[in-house]
Amino acid sequence: MPDSFPFELVYLAIPLSCLAGALLAGLFGWKIGRVAAHTVTILGVAVAFVLSAFVVLPDVIAGNSFNGIVYEWGRSGGIPLEVGFLIDPLTALMMVVVTFVSLCVHIYTIGYLHDDPGYQRFFSYIALFTFSMLMLVMSNNFLLLFFGWEAVGLMSYLLIGFWFTRDSATHAQLKAFLVNRVGDLGFLLGIAAIYMTFGTLDYAAVFAIAPQMAAKTIPVLPGVDWNMMTLICILLFVGAMGKSAQVPLHVWLPDSMEGPTPISALIHAATMVTAGVFMVARMSPLYELSETALSVVLVIGAITALFMAFVGVVQNDIKRVVAYSTLSQLGYMMVAMGASAYSVGIFHLMTHAFFKALLFLAAGSVIIALHHEQDLRKMGGLMRRMPITFITTWIGALALAGIFPFAGFFSKDMIIEAAHHSRLPGSGFAYVAVLSGVFVTAFYTFRMLFLTFYGKPRMDEHTLKHVEESPWVVTIPLVLLAIPSLVAGFTFIDPLVFGRFFADSIKVLPAHDVVKQVTSLFDGLGPFVAHGLQSAPFLLAVAGILTAWLMYVRLPQLPGRVREKAGALYTLLLRKYFVDEFNEFVFAGGARVLGRLLWKIGDVKLIDGLAVNGTARVIGWVSGIVRHIQSGYVYHYAFAMILGLFLLITFFLHK
Amino acid sequence: MLAEHILSLVTWLPIFGGMAVLATGSDRHADYARQLSLVIAVLTFIVTLPLYANFNSGTHAMQFVEDHAWIEAFNIRYRLGIDGISLLLILLTSFSTLLVVISAWKVIEKKVAQYHAAFLMMEGLMIGVFSALDGILFYVFWEAMLVPMFLIIGLWGGPNRVYATIKFFLYTFLGSVLMLVAFIYLYHLSGSFDILAWHGMKLGLTAQTLIFFAFLAAFAVKVPMWPVHTWLPDAHVEAPTGGSVILAAIMLKMGAYGFLRFSLPILPDASHELAWLMIALSLIAIVYIGLVALVQEDMKKLIAYSSIAHMGFVTLGFFIFNTQGIEGGIVQMISHGFVSGALFLCVGVLYDRLHSRMIKDYGGVANRMPVFAAFMMLFAMANAGLPGTSGFVGELLVILGAFQANVWYALAAATTLVFGAAYTLWMYKRVIFGAVANDKVAALTDVTPREIVFLSLLALAVLVMGLWPYPFLDVMHASVDHLLQQAMTSKL
Repeated sequence: MPDSFPFELVYLAIPLSCLAGALLAGLFGWKIGRVAAHTVTILGVAVAFVLSAFVVLPDVIAGNSFNGIVYEWGRSGGIPLEVGFLIDPLTALMMVVVTFVSLCVHIYTIGYLHDDPGYQRFFSYIALFTFSMLMLVMSNNFLLLFFGWEAVGLMSYLLIGFWFTRDSATHAQLKAFLVNRVGDLGFLLGIAAIYMTFGTLDYAAVFAIAPQMAAKTIPVLPGVDWNMMTLICILLFVGAMGKSAQVPLHVWLPDSMEGPTPISALIHAATMVTAGVFMVARMSPLYELSETALSVVLVIGAITALFMAFVGVVQNDIKRVVAYSTLSQLGYMMVAMGASAYSVGIFHLMTHAFFKALLFLAAGSVIIALHHEQDLRKMGGLMRRMPITFITTWIGALALAGIFPFAGFFSKDMIIEAAHHSRLPGSGFAYVAVLSGVFVTAFYTFRMLFLTFYGKPRMDEHTLKHVEESPWVVTIPLVLLAIPSLVAGFTFIDPLVFGRFFADSIKVLPAHDVVKQVTSLFDGLGPFVAHGLQSAPFLLAVAGILTAWLMYVRLPQLPGRVREKAGALYTLLLRKYFVDEFNEFVFAGGARVLGRLLWKIGDVKLIDGLAVNGTARVIGWVSGIVRHIQSGYVYHYAFAMILGLFLLITFFLHK
Repeated sequence: MLAEHILSLVTWLPIFGGMAVLATGSDRHADYARQLSLVIAVLTFIVTLPLYANFNSGTHAMQFVEDHAWIEAFNIRYRLGIDGISLLLILLTSFSTLLVVISAWKVIEKKVAQYHAAFLMMEGLMIGVFSALDGILFYVFWEAMLVPMFLIIGLWGGPNRVYATIKFFLYTFLGSVLMLVAFIYLYHLSGSFDILAWHGMKLGLTAQTLIFFAFLAAFAVKVPMWPVHTWLPDAHVEAPTGGSVILAAIMLKMGAYGFLRFSLPILPDASHELAWLMIALSLIAIVYIGLVALVQEDMKKLIAYSSIAHMGFVTLGFFIFNTQGIEGGIVQMISHGFVSGALFLCVGVLYDRLHSRMIKDYGGVANRMPVFAAFMMLFAMANAGLPGTSGFVGELLVILGAFQANVWYALAAATTLVFGAAYTLWMYKRVIFGAVANDKVAALTDVTPREIVFLSLLALAVLVMGLWPYPFLDVMHASVDHLLQQAMTSKL
């Protein structure tokens, strides 16, 4: 590109084209109709994708980056608060992933919501979501990051409750918003801590002086000082735990499946839920300064990776299986972050975006073919009836399970190696968790695949007769996503992990640099693959697939027997460790009981009853007595006057 | 000529305008009364705009000052002037009154002229409060403003209006009398009622403390702060929609404004000594009231409690003594004017159709009123403090400020992120979402063009302030810096 190329306009055009589509479809959708509504939004996102992938990405690869403000939002105490963009390799990669998946989902929606009365509203929402997500990844400061962060949360809220007449959907959307708000509470306090420590919210300025602040402490209780950097990183991570659904703030994500499937693919698998992972990578210059915070990230990620995978094993709703898989995979990404393998985590974020969006959209394709049936127990035998969905699901499943040469093989293997080489407290547990998670992942993925496509059809006659492959608007996105699910691993591992694609956008201290340790073991990609094919993760994945095949294809009566033997464990998993019941009772119920107590006892009984009306009663009582003084006899009043005069004179004489 | 008396003009135009409306007489001429009120409200709003346009944001000095002798025997003067703090509140007042006039158009059918006249006169009196620079003048406006409000609640209010009015009156009157005593004491010390002279006057700690509590009695009731807040939910429930809008949008701001104009600059040492108390009461308002709001069954009560919690942010911001806190508090005052006004208007829109404010009588409104649902979603999100709406700006700044003062203040204040979202969106869910709940909901019709006008104006205000608060913050910097300097300078 020539030097005079107007990159700043391009950076503006990318989010604004999505916004324009959203506004047109949202405000004028009722007038311009369905076709026009999806045309303008798809056009907007397509422009954003083309510009991101073919203008911005090549430019950053060429070594250019941009950091500048768009406008000054406000100012307080002389410190400017700005809206500005930072375009570097990390951002550019995220922009391409977001716009690509979004584009696929936009096209897919034409088929998926074909008959829905809220068609235009839906397109407006997803375009607005894409805009918000772009603002999140493109921001150059914490303020705009928080804007994007909350805006994607809002769009998630609106889309989970898209079918707002369903109680389950409106319950799920409220739950999602509130759980995320708990995370955001931490996030906002983290931003306040940064503002206090650094006096600015600008990334570049914060990162530049962060090393000098590494030892700074803050008094939290008399005599108790905490390390500021650790506090900042943990508070920010609380935000990431909400957005990226890490235990114990994961509870909203499975319920978010109440939203239409395209949303599950776009927001609750590929993009928004990875915002927390992206944020930690973006903040790597801060996290590197606090090993405590990294350990927390590592352990929470590992817990999420393993224990959410277990739950996926017993779910019967096809979307919930994929949802728990997403939770588990987000845990994997967080493990990478905690191990300081930021580039690896982002690499997995990317491959996961492709294959998980694919699996969701494929699940959606099955769901519409079965007239909105989501229960795996009522599926089966769809292999020949839905060939494109079947093959693409296979590709997605192999990628998720981590089978060579599919994308997940490379990214997941790198995470496991990174956890293995990490020396932080908790890394031993994390390694065991992510390693055993591989078996579980392969098992639940193929359980789902086999139950859906193999065996005898278990749906009723009527449904079975009408099963057919989905229309091309649905299958084309599946194919579009299947391609990177197959090739993204071996194509991008070289630059992203072995190479220096991320350049300065990610910072790793030499002592934490596990990626370098791992890559130095191998002389390039070939030896890495050769090693991977003989190592434990690959063998565990194959074992998982074989077990699933044994249980759900070869010996279909086996699962029932296992279920009987492991009754308590099965119930524990089926009820998701009873976390929902706990939250519902303790937090939701507790807040209501407390609120009612404060209202009925505090406000009504004490303040109003005792203080206010009590005062009124006392005044009434006093005036009831004082009233007798006003007898109406002139000599009484005259006597009172003389008495008063006497008292006043005495007072002034003795002053 | 006009330029020199612009503050008098914006103060007295609506008052005399209100009298003119009153002169249209009985309900036979109701349409004249409406049209005339609209003209006066629009004119007043237009007249307030030059205040912003000609405002010099580079100085903290009072601007557009008018100064005439009034009661010379006591050195009481007719002295008006505004700084960056009062400017925004005056604009908010004229904007809100305009909305109230539009919103009452089809709704108020009895004693139309009197209703509109009350609002217009109240507008002038409230602007008077924000621009008075003389203690007695301030006090006169402050007390006079209550009269139209009593009438509005007492005449156009709900079934329990007498109880609510008396409770409102007793609470506010008791506080105001103590404030007057404090004014007279300050007059004895300084020989004048000049508020700015009081700012510069030396004062011992005991005197400061006593005056602080006298002021607190007046201002805390108005804000209202916990535990003198219980009049507000009752007053809101009984007030007609317009009354609720003005009460929430402007009247609550009087107390907060009092802290800025009187307590902090006149009593800096007492303010510091008693900051712990103010912060504690503010945090209680945020957390305790947040929980109470959660379990309300009446939409107006819920929004009233929400107002108390939001005003807790304002007082918290004022008493942590840093720029972010005070500017955040002021921004929150303005934003709360837009957002709570909007929410009360939304409840009014529903009430006009279904004649109930109870959450349980609704459900599935979005099926019948999609445009209304979209507006109310925006305002609900603004109430929950979503970035991009005005509700976020103040909360952000106050939390940034509070964190500098103490981590735990910030944590307690930030719980509003969860509580605010919980009570607002839970109400929204039960009222707007779901299947059509009953026949009455099924018969609802979507917003009329007139309703779209006032909802759009508020939506615009909420979004502009959320996306670009710069112009709002810009005018207040010099005044806030000066105020903070006064509050940090000991008078002992």
